[in-house]
Amino acid sequence: MKLGLVVDMDTCVGCHGCATACKQWNTSGTIGPLSDKDPYGKDPNGAWLNRIRTFEVGDTPNSKTVHMPMSCMHCEEAACVTVCPTGASYKRSEDGIVLVDQDKCMGCNLCAWACPYGARELDPDQGTMKKCTLCVDRIYDTGLPEDERQPACVLTCPTKSRTFGDFDDPESEVSKLVRDRAGKQLMPELGYNPVNTYLPPRNKPVVEVHEMTGLTQSIKGWVNKIIQR
Amino acid sequence: MTSSESVIALADDLPAFEDRANQQTKYTTCYMCACRCGIKVTVEENKVRFIQGNPNHPVNKGVLCAKGNAGIMKQYSPAKLSSPLLRKPGTERGAGEFEEISWDKALDILEKRLSKIRATDPKKLAFFTGRDQMQALTGMWASQFGTINWAAHGGFCSVNMAAGGLYTMGHAFWEFGDPDWENTKYFMMWGVAEDHSSNPIKLGLKRLKERGAKFVSVNPVRTGYQAIADEWISIRPGTDGIFALSMIHVLLKNKLVDDEFLLRYTNAPQLVVNTPGVVGDGLFYRASQPESSQGEGEPQVWDLSAERFVDANLADITPALFGEFTTPEGTPVRTAMSILIEKYLDQQYSPAVAAKECGVSAEDIERIALEMAHVAFKETITLDVEWTDWAGRKQSKFIGRPVSMHAMRGISAHSNGFQTCRALHLLQILLGTIDCPGGHLAKPPFPKHIPPGIKPAKTNIPNTPLKSPPLGFPTCPEDLVIDDNGEPLRIDKAYSWDAPISCHGLMHMVISNAVKGDPYKIDTLMLFMANMAWNSSMNTAKTLEMLVAKEEDGEYKIPFIVCSDAFNSEMVAYSDLVLPDTTYLERYDTISMLDRPISEPHAACDAVRTPVIEADRDVLSWQEVMVEMAGRLNFPAFTNADKQRKYKDYKDFIVNFEKEPGIGFLAGFRGVDGNKSLRGEPNPKQWEAYEENQGFFEHQLAPNQRYMRHANQDYLQLAKEAGWVGSTEQIIIEIYSEKLQKFRLAGQGLYDGPQPTEQHHKDRLSQYFDPLPIYYKPLEEQRIDPDEYPFHAINQRPMFMYHSWDSQNAWLRQIMNQNYLYMNRVAGEKQGIEDLSWVWVESHNGKIRAQIKLMEGCNENTVWTWNAIAKRGGAWGLKEEANEANDAFLMNHLISELLPTKGDSIDGITNSDPVTGQAAWYDLRVKITPVSNGESGAWPQFSPLKPHPNAQESPKMLSYVATKNVNIVRRWADTLLAGALSGKKGADDKGSKS
Repeated sequence: MKLGLVVDMDTCVGCHGCATACKQWNTSGTIGPLSDKDPYGKDPNGAWLNRIRTFEVGDTPNSKTVHMPMSCMHCEEAACVTVCPTGASYKRSEDGIVLVDQDKCMGCNLCAWACPYGARELDPDQGTMKKCTLCVDRIYDTGLPEDERQPACVLTCPTKSRTFGDFDDPESEVSKLVRDRAGKQLMPELGYNPVNTYLPPRNKPVVEVHEMTGLTQSIKGWVNKIIQR
Repeated sequence: MTSSESVIALADDLPAFEDRANQQTKYTTCYMCACRCGIKVTVEENKVRFIQGNPNHPVNKGVLCAKGNAGIMKQYSPAKLSSPLLRKPGTERGAGEFEEISWDKALDILEKRLSKIRATDPKKLAFFTGRDQMQALTGMWASQFGTINWAAHGGFCSVNMAAGGLYTMGHAFWEFGDPDWENTKYFMMWGVAEDHSSNPIKLGLKRLKERGAKFVSVNPVRTGYQAIADEWISIRPGTDGIFALSMIHVLLKNKLVDDEFLLRYTNAPQLVVNTPGVVGDGLFYRASQPESSQGEGEPQVWDLSAERFVDANLADITPALFGEFTTPEGTPVRTAMSILIEKYLDQQYSPAVAAKECGVSAEDIERIALEMAHVAFKETITLDVEWTDWAGRKQSKFIGRPVSMHAMRGISAHSNGFQTCRALHLLQILLGTIDCPGGHLAKPPFPKHIPPGIKPAKTNIPNTPLKSPPLGFPTCPEDLVIDDNGEPLRIDKAYSWDAPISCHGLMHMVISNAVKGDPYKIDTLMLFMANMAWNSSMNTAKTLEMLVAKEEDGEYKIPFIVCSDAFNSEMVAYSDLVLPDTTYLERYDTISMLDRPISEPHAACDAVRTPVIEADRDVLSWQEVMVEMAGRLNFPAFTNADKQRKYKDYKDFIVNFEKEPGIGFLAGFRGVDGNKSLRGEPNPKQWEAYEENQGFFEHQLAPNQRYMRHANQDYLQLAKEAGWVGSTEQIIIEIYSEKLQKFRLAGQGLYDGPQPTEQHHKDRLSQYFDPLPIYYKPLEEQRIDPDEYPFHAINQRPMFMYHSWDSQNAWLRQIMNQNYLYMNRVAGEKQGIEDLSWVWVESHNGKIRAQIKLMEGCNENTVWTWNAIAKRGGAWGLKEEANEANDAFLMNHLISELLPTKGDSIDGITNSDPVTGQAAWYDLRVKITPVSNGESGAWPQFSPLKPHPNAQESPKMLSYVATKNVNIVRRWADTLLAGALSGKKGADDKGSKS
């Protein structure tokens, strides 16, 4: 299995729902806690597993605003795993999820430097590395209703811009979306072969204009019709 | 092998993560904003493990936004108040010196104060509420107390949208209607950053995009929703009205209107008296009434078949939509539609002229109008559903014109917002897109007759309830709340000549007026969830001075201030008595059909909150305080014949109070056995029934009740039975507002009734109370030199904080804790203003220092910022050094509650829409100059507030955990072999460790 996420850039409005759902679930989850330094002070900063990057493309007046949720891509060639000196970082062969064993991590930060997607964050209190687990503690949990066995970010997304599934299964929803919508990997040239895939915006709909009818300059151009009330 | 099988197989390999034996699942309603989503909360030992959207809930259908997901940090905020507080004797208001007192003492103090006011001069209690949604209860409480000085925050929020809709079509944008997300093919969003209702809009946009519908956004700033719009119209703020009216010009020029819709459902064919300068001009020509009968005669139309004047609202007549006629009495009359066509065909509405004002090109104005016309008339959809119209005639189908719109604050927060909102509705109506498949759909209990039949109260009698609610819907000058001299009776001057149709009051004027004693002084200001000492006030710095202003004798000008809040907000320090509220997870609450229910277009819905967490502090919900005070003060509706209290607490009140037989706060699970919906006797087990149904009630409308509800007998009968409307008569959509015309006549001195005496009032009424939508320059713009203040300055809330009550939220403030003044890059470069530089921003009211951020997606005449990011140090549990208190700024300081002074009679007049009194937040104009000497940091600055007594110290590090974190231990063998063995099960080295 090759589990991962598809994120639809056609509908993401940058609401941060996925980011806080992730924070909320995972602080009490297997990778947690996700600590927050100076939560009520200057420059509060905690460990997040999913952040929304917002930027603009193009210049006035033809600019476009882009909201891009970024979390671990669960790369097939995960450099973060290769560089880990303690073996804490690993990629599960069962499903491809990249995890960090919190007992083995010594917080050296090498993996965060190796990750080109900025997807790993050092917990300011625990001193260990935190990252997206694809909610491994939800997706296999038979104690949850079946339709809730999904990552928290997918479950919550208000524009339903996130889809979770098996990229190895050609009939899965994620595989279909990638095919139908020409899904793109982020920075494929770097060679990490990320699993998570982004769907580019759809083509804009074309709406016809109503034909111009004889232009009316005044009220005199209007004629009453018999219409029953 | 399918993926789901392997999911189950692999689950065996993982440890048990959740301590389910210790967890409970509870359902309630979110209150992180005004959207009222259903939430499913997992609780472990009175701690919140997880808050998720309830998939069965009609509003959010399982999804949840950033705020809802951050509810845990609201619950665990160190700013939570923990006991009632009384300002220490001898200390100054604003110093934040409090002593903790018991609830008994707090309630006694309040009772004594209120009881005296009520027995002497009830209007001396001004009771205003902020972001609450319990106005049915607080309004009823104020009525029973006998004070007309009550309102919620609608006057500074979105009354223009509510009133614009209710005076036109009986429902509205805001919460009273929604686009038909499932069927619309063309969607236009006007001035919506993030707004009511946040998750439904997001779900809806997803549906639009999936179906390939076109999404056009009109907004000076390209953030949030605008980012995914197919077309972004970068309009100049405050000019949406001329854009809409110019599109109407294009439609009329091409004769592209739905004349059947206009004829059957609107007052377009009704005949209007055309006698300029004479009493009665512009009113409907009505059938004469016998002397003895009450009220006005029926409006008349010209029947083309019968060739005579007939009552306008009869079935089966054939009215003329156009034309001028002379009545038997010799009065010249013409149809409302004729007036409309003549008005908007004028060149002032042509795209070429409009383009200069609004900045949208003439080509775009014309094209968008014609695109909408194409979709409405060439892509019509038909639902083959048999329904019965208002006259009892069977109809075989619903015709859908799939063009829809949503509009909010960008329209609302201008002093021309009411008329702009009406212009948008007129555009919708001409296209026939009201309450039809694919169009704009009403949400029960709407539509209502136009306007709803409640008139604002005027009385002030000791120990006596008001005769009607404090807020209502005036239809003529006689309904104003003014005295015999024409002076305002309310402290906020609502329903006065300043703002005759101010149906939500003017909360933004209360402090300013009370301190001036204009129109009179008050005794007690009671606030609930309203941060008037900070971001909810215009002119914040001066408002803080007003709150502590004293008379010569040393008494405060506002003698007593009471606030109820769950948190140590900026308002707490400026209160004399503080009543700590519960959090949303700790309270009983109703989201009632009598107020602002959670209905969806095709279902009447309401909801409750029930506690999911037990409060660990000495707190009482405001609902409980209201019911307790009502009992102590012996309000008639809360007292039995034997003078005993009728209701023991809020829950008891909700179950047993009946507004009329069978109608209470909750519409679901009524009747003795709980099996009646919408109307039925009280059910003693109603709360339990709601809890069992996951905290909400949903009554689905039958397919024949779902559209054209202004004229749908099947629906109107249900609505009458449920108490939503007073009659099953057709709701006639008012493109032409005779109600507005009556006020205009009063301004022109042509009204047979109350008329203003001051010239500026006469001018306002004559100019702005046009019975057809108009565009005019926002009032501030009319009174300043636009060359001196070249930029429009507006603000919006980010999606992750919109309508939230707590920017101090430890998670949300990590997303944003400083706001910048955003400016178009090209405009910045022209002015020599650099990215991230500090600048002075100056308006007619004062100046602030802020940090610039240049961006592309911003109208070149506009600067903007995220609102309410700035907080005062010490408030909300924030430390003095918090970014919100040092680098973030409030735009509020620049916005005056009064219009710019010019030394004329308008100087003291509210900075509000002249029709509705809606606060004109977005009329602001500014100039921007770089700082000269390397100054930085936001200015003005305010001394930090003290923490409340016994405040929990805000931690330096937070590691929130509700359940044990169960680590997944990597297998040793797998580690040693660097993954070569991974995937093969090692029996003895897998496992878990906490």
